Amino acid sequence: MLTDTLASVFEEPACPTNRAKSAAEKKKGCSVKALTPGAAAGGCAFDGAKIALQPIVDAIHLVHAPIACEGNGWDNRHAFSSGPQLYRLGVTTDLTDLDVIHGGEQKLYKAIRQVIERHSPAAVFVYQTCVPALAGDDVEAVCKAAALKFGTPVIPVNAPGMVGTKNLGNRLGGETLLKHVIGTMEPEVSTDADINIIGDYNLAGELWQVKPLLEAIGLRVQACITGDARYRDVAGAHRARVNMMVCSQAMINVARTMEERWGIPWFEGSFYGIADTTNAIVTMARLCVERGADPALLTRAEAVTAEGAARAWRRLGPYLPRLTGKKALVYTGGHKSWSMVSAVQELGMEVVKTSVRKATVEDKERVIDLVGSDAMVDDIPAKEMFRMLSTGEADILMSGGRSQFVALKAKAPWIDVNQERHFAYAGYDGIVEFAHRVDLSIANPVWQAVRSPAPWDADWSDEGEA
Amino acid sequence: MAEIIRRSRPVSVNPLKSSAPLGAAMAFLGVERTMPLFHGSQGCTAFGMVLLVRHFKEAIPLQTTALTEITAILGGMDNLEQAIQNLAKRAQPKLIGIATTGLAETRGEDFMGDLALIRRRNPDLANTALVLASTPDMVGGLSEGWAKAVTALIEQVVEPGPRLRRKGRVAVLPGSHITAGDIDELTQLIEAFGLTPVVVPDLSRSLDGHVPGEWIQGSLGGTTLEELRTLGSAQVAIALGSAMQAPAAALERLTGVPYQLFDRVTGLSAVDRLVSFLSDMAGVPAPPRVRRQRSQLLDAMLDGHFHFGGRQVALAGEGDLVWAVGRLLADLGAGLGPVVVPTTLGQEYLAQLPCAEVLVSDLGELEDRAAGCDLIIGPSHARQASERTGIPLFRLGFPIFDRLGAAHVVTAGYRGTRDLIFRLANAFQEQDGEAFDTLHTHAPREESDHGSAPASVG
Repeated sequence: MLTDTLASVFEEPACPTNRAKSAAEKKKGCSVKALTPGAAAGGCAFDGAKIALQPIVDAIHLVHAPIACEGNGWDNRHAFSSGPQLYRLGVTTDLTDLDVIHGGEQKLYKAIRQVIERHSPAAVFVYQTCVPALAGDDVEAVCKAAALKFGTPVIPVNAPGMVGTKNLGNRLGGETLLKHVIGTMEPEVSTDADINIIGDYNLAGELWQVKPLLEAIGLRVQACITGDARYRDVAGAHRARVNMMVCSQAMINVARTMEERWGIPWFEGSFYGIADTTNAIVTMARLCVERGADPALLTRAEAVTAEGAARAWRRLGPYLPRLTGKKALVYTGGHKSWSMVSAVQELGMEVVKTSVRKATVEDKERVIDLVGSDAMVDDIPAKEMFRMLSTGEADILMSGGRSQFVALKAKAPWIDVNQERHFAYAGYDGIVEFAHRVDLSIANPVWQAVRSPAPWDADWSDEGEA
Repeated sequence: MAEIIRRSRPVSVNPLKSSAPLGAAMAFLGVERTMPLFHGSQGCTAFGMVLLVRHFKEAIPLQTTALTEITAILGGMDNLEQAIQNLAKRAQPKLIGIATTGLAETRGEDFMGDLALIRRRNPDLANTALVLASTPDMVGGLSEGWAKAVTALIEQVVEPGPRLRRKGRVAVLPGSHITAGDIDELTQLIEAFGLTPVVVPDLSRSLDGHVPGEWIQGSLGGTTLEELRTLGSAQVAIALGSAMQAPAAALERLTGVPYQLFDRVTGLSAVDRLVSFLSDMAGVPAPPRVRRQRSQLLDAMLDGHFHFGGRQVALAGEGDLVWAVGRLLADLGAGLGPVVVPTTLGQEYLAQLPCAEVLVSDLGELEDRAAGCDLIIGPSHARQASERTGIPLFRLGFPIFDRLGAAHVVTAGYRGTRDLIFRLANAFQEQDGEAFDTLHTHAPREESDHGSAPASVG
């Protein structure tokens, strides 16, 4: 039942936010009650669950909902696939008023049959949403019947938007994998240097910036959960020897439960920046060796990362003098509050402010270590960001797509560091690409042109321009 | 004559339809200092906002009443009230445009009653106009939601009763397919006759992409509230697109302002009709500038027709846009089909298209039937169909998220039609490469098999 799943997520023992809560606070759940009508932003639980699961590329992701949930939101992320493209299809039961009145279960069953017959997916993920949840459609029962009948895994994802935030949805996506997928198949190959990467969605192909390094060392990625994943690999993820958690909050329940069930040790790391990349890869190798892998693995990891780091510093050479001292306003959240900051600092840039929305207590401690408590803020109002960028208190805004116009309307550079970004910034190649993109943005001659007043208007002022 | 095919299908693959609340939000954003508000879960707002941002490349103010599982069941009035109070305090909008969602409507409440109560309980909201459109996601799509919001603006803001008519004042009610650029074009055309247009809603003053110089919460401009309140002073209203008949009829009912429906404003005969109307109304002949524009269009049709004859075009979009563009293609000799629309909106016109059928369906079906077509015309969401079939995509409609300038694509008026013909002809020529010479017609082509061979998917 959804309430049980929610309760287990609310009480997730590995979550530092939860650990800091009293019993009563835990019972209240993850921030859903804190949503202020008229002042809330961000996605819902369904959004979060879909973000977490859709990168399983050989599955169909079927959204049981009226048109808003999929019609407005499909084909909007850059989680790349190295093969199957099935996951990119926008598939929905497109419920009408009559479906709501008569119930949508039959329609859903037929929809599942149709996509299986047409596309032969490795699995079908069926997302329950608010309206059919209110109307009482039993999605789990339909999925169970369909899986039996058609011989294809049909996975119910019970995360209607109204139960909470995107972050909660990420975790419910993780719960779905724990309940229905991980551990249901045995991998064809299994070595003692197998690892899982949890919480990386291969946005803009970032996984591919790291995977060759791991292969050179002899580490084998059993499953990335879920970037560029195949259903089968995730189903066999329980045979990996080590789990790395990339996005600290999103799937912490997956890492912790896998340790509990299958004794797989996990650690939290980041592939942003040189030092963090090295640290993550070496830790992976070390943990594998501790569990009995050939000690040469660690030696190779140290060699490969040392070489990668040296090469990155060499390639960063031309950029450093151009970027040193430039002031960045970092508007992200969660683990990126510190992982991004640490990468930005490696480029010699100063972080004037960084927001720590959705960040855990531990995330915040890391931020304070990096920039001090003055530069750390919970949230920055758009008006304040606009002011900082227009007055030159910050030279560039690093944020997600929705706040880009704060920078652009202030006639200041902006670079996308969120999920919709088009460039990959992970690993040793990624940091060089990042430096390149920041430099291109700041050095663009457009800023001078757009900031200059119209020559024919001596009394030109911003106010008069609209 | 086309048959409108509306099959009952269990699954929609690659939806063409966007939601009705999204259309309502777009319409509300064409009124100055407005904050649109979805009465639903925060996800309803997030998905809608992201899509609007991707299309307009602008910050989109859009808020949520943040219903949770508890409030969705027990009733959302408290959330609605809090949201309005918070918005009024934080952003000081002149108007809050509320669109209900599937979530709020599934429980079903007396939203207008709630709103009246909220007004009574909060006297400090006296200077904030509150407008509510009932737009459950389960009914209709973007165009319908847009039209419902405009009807709500008229019914809830315009001062009712007959007013003194101001000579030459024209209320213009554009449908959701009319871009900011189109509004600029049509405004100039109307003004060329000495008439004064009042556009409701006016995206050309809010979502036209400009740099206001300060950070503004809420819409960046648009129809002013004063213009909206006094809309009854117009001499006449013109509705652009079949979706706008209902709002125009509401205006007539309320204020007695008569209206004229223009089902399309693209294509020679359609613009001729509009110009005749304006000329009659103003009592002046068409000015030289307009005559020159018509002549340019004739020339574009003459130069362009070589490239349209014998082409087969797959077309997808909102009903009123598909009608306007489909008619133009057919008038220049191109073949139509498959033609796909998201809802039955405008079906009385679509039925007049010279193709066998118009499908109320999705882009998956367009892809299945597109084999043999020379061009796909549709929103960016048709890019997967284009990739897999190898048929080039000409982006038009909503959403356009992987090309710039969507707000300034002009297809209205003589000039808009002229430019659309050029752009389409160029798209055709690009496929032909250098082999095609404008002085020659097409070489004989292999018989193509429209609509039966499904393209590979996945």
